[in-house]
Amino acid sequence: MFDRGVLFTRRGVAGILVIGTCMLVPIIATIIDEPYYMNLFARLMIWAIAAISLNLILGYGGLISFGHALYLGIGAYAVGICSYYDINSIFIQVPIALGVATIISFVFGGISLRTRGVYFIMITMALTQMIYYLSISIEEYGSDDGLIIYVRSEFGTNLINLDNPFHRYYLIFIVMVGCLYLTYRLIHSRFGYVIRGAKSNELRMEVIGHSTFRYRLVCFMIAGLMCTLAGVLSANVEKFVSPDMMHWTRSGELIFMVVLGGMASILGPLTGAMVFWLISEILSRFTEHWHIIFGPFLILVVLLSPRGIDGLLSRRGSGSG
Amino acid sequence: MEWALLIEQILNGVQFGVLLFLLAAGLTLTFGIMDLVNLAHGSMYMLGAFFGATIFLWTGSFLLALVLAVPIVAGIGIITEITTLRTLYQRHHLDQVLATFGLILFFNELVQIVWPLDGLTVPFPEYLSSTVPLLFGIEYSLYRLMIIGAGFLLAISMWLLVTRTRLGMLIRAGASDREMVYALGTNIRLLFTLVFGLGTALSALAGVLMAPILGANSGMGEQIIIVAFVVIVIGGIGSIRGSFIAALITGLIDSLGRSFLDVILALFIPINAAEAAAPAISSMLIYIFMAGILFFKPTGLFGKQPN
Repeated sequence: MFDRGVLFTRRGVAGILVIGTCMLVPIIATIIDEPYYMNLFARLMIWAIAAISLNLILGYGGLISFGHALYLGIGAYAVGICSYYDINSIFIQVPIALGVATIISFVFGGISLRTRGVYFIMITMALTQMIYYLSISIEEYGSDDGLIIYVRSEFGTNLINLDNPFHRYYLIFIVMVGCLYLTYRLIHSRFGYVIRGAKSNELRMEVIGHSTFRYRLVCFMIAGLMCTLAGVLSANVEKFVSPDMMHWTRSGELIFMVVLGGMASILGPLTGAMVFWLISEILSRFTEHWHIIFGPFLILVVLLSPRGIDGLLSRRGSGSG
Repeated sequence: MEWALLIEQILNGVQFGVLLFLLAAGLTLTFGIMDLVNLAHGSMYMLGAFFGATIFLWTGSFLLALVLAVPIVAGIGIITEITTLRTLYQRHHLDQVLATFGLILFFNELVQIVWPLDGLTVPFPEYLSSTVPLLFGIEYSLYRLMIIGAGFLLAISMWLLVTRTRLGMLIRAGASDREMVYALGTNIRLLFTLVFGLGTALSALAGVLMAPILGANSGMGEQIIIVAFVVIVIGGIGSIRGSFIAALITGLIDSLGRSFLDVILALFIPINAAEAAAPAISSMLIYIFMAGILFFKPTGLFGKQPN
């Protein structure tokens, strides 16, 4: 289980600060009467869940998947299409979303993991783009205008009601913390060691008797399913789904969050998503053309700090984790 | 089935294929020789369209647009290479992907600042705007025929350049063993810059040529770049011959799929269902084709087999 010493490193303090902030935002937002911030952080945590899931294959597995936003789309469209047919129970929507994501991630993973290096980047990108075009061409579900969701997912009880912003916020928070915990357990398990071993030396892992393909496929699928949950939550926050969620530039932003926070660190994707949103919020206040600054900023981060924020935190001592 | 429509769609497919080749050639060269994954290649296509359209609208001469826009954009490409991309050659693919993604954001926004309207539309140049009669009484756009002709001409000159000249020899040598070329005393930096400039010029040319058909929009590069990736993956990364063949196949599949899939599907399923499913499936055809190719040949049709 957790080693207590970890909490008193710089990384540990930063982690407590970040998660603590997420936990307190609704209270602070209510006190200062700015509900806008609660919505902002809800969105931010959804992106964080997606980035946390991507970190599994990208950070720990070393596989540059450039199509991860696909699963955001699957999760969101599952809610959207279900509610289009008046199926609003979350206990039907989530199994449908996860079922579809399982099939798609199995097939796409099976195809793309046969390839290596730059082929893998381009194939994951192209397969996602294929579903993007599919969603644009189906007029029944709104084509590129997207689909408006009139009723949020229903739990069938008053204890959890997603129309209540506090309930919504803390559901997202709990899912996010759950994903962080799952990541922690996964990468410290035998499974996690094989995945990380295959990243540093695939041949050696094969030689000592692990089928790296199968481990990677399972990892690819777990990451996809986790991200699908983020999509389900996103549909409930925005009450809107559109093909735009799956465009390949979204996947690029997800990768940037992971790299910005620090690859292969558990909290990295969360801090990455936070800093990403903070910077885009601040820049977009100055000018509508904020990408003109954001683009070069991204290049500078890549060139100057390849290990991201996590790398800055652990520069002086403190073990890995 | 009407033969006239079939031939027209085949010509459209070839024209799209030729366009894809112009984009894919630069991509596959930069990857084969510099080991650089350049997502921002599509931005050069976009810049080509914008500069070409602007010069054409100002001067009224399409030829002048071609002659001026291509070197301007190639210059921008070379500046980008010297300032940013050069430092990335030795880096991990992930860093390259991210940094060039940053370049895309930058160029898209730059274009929106410089051309604040919602993109540009350009007429066909007058002397190419007519149609020509072909077999079976088909009338086909002279401009599109010109693109096909130019594309084949460029493909042949690329082939001559790579197989018959000293620069081509260095390009081939660089693609098979980078370090050895360097060790033998070639100015590798200059070679890389030249190759990058060449790829950018081809991409910009494609942009100028497409401006009268598609117009110029911010973000047009991202649409086409993925298809260009599909092409080089099918053809085998690093192979110019592969990308030429793959570009034509991809272009044909796409345009024939869009116009005839409903007819073909109707042979097997009820016509209503066929008409409903056809647009969805035809937009996915090239990706399905790519997945099929990779299933049997993970490094594409003409790619190097890994050791």
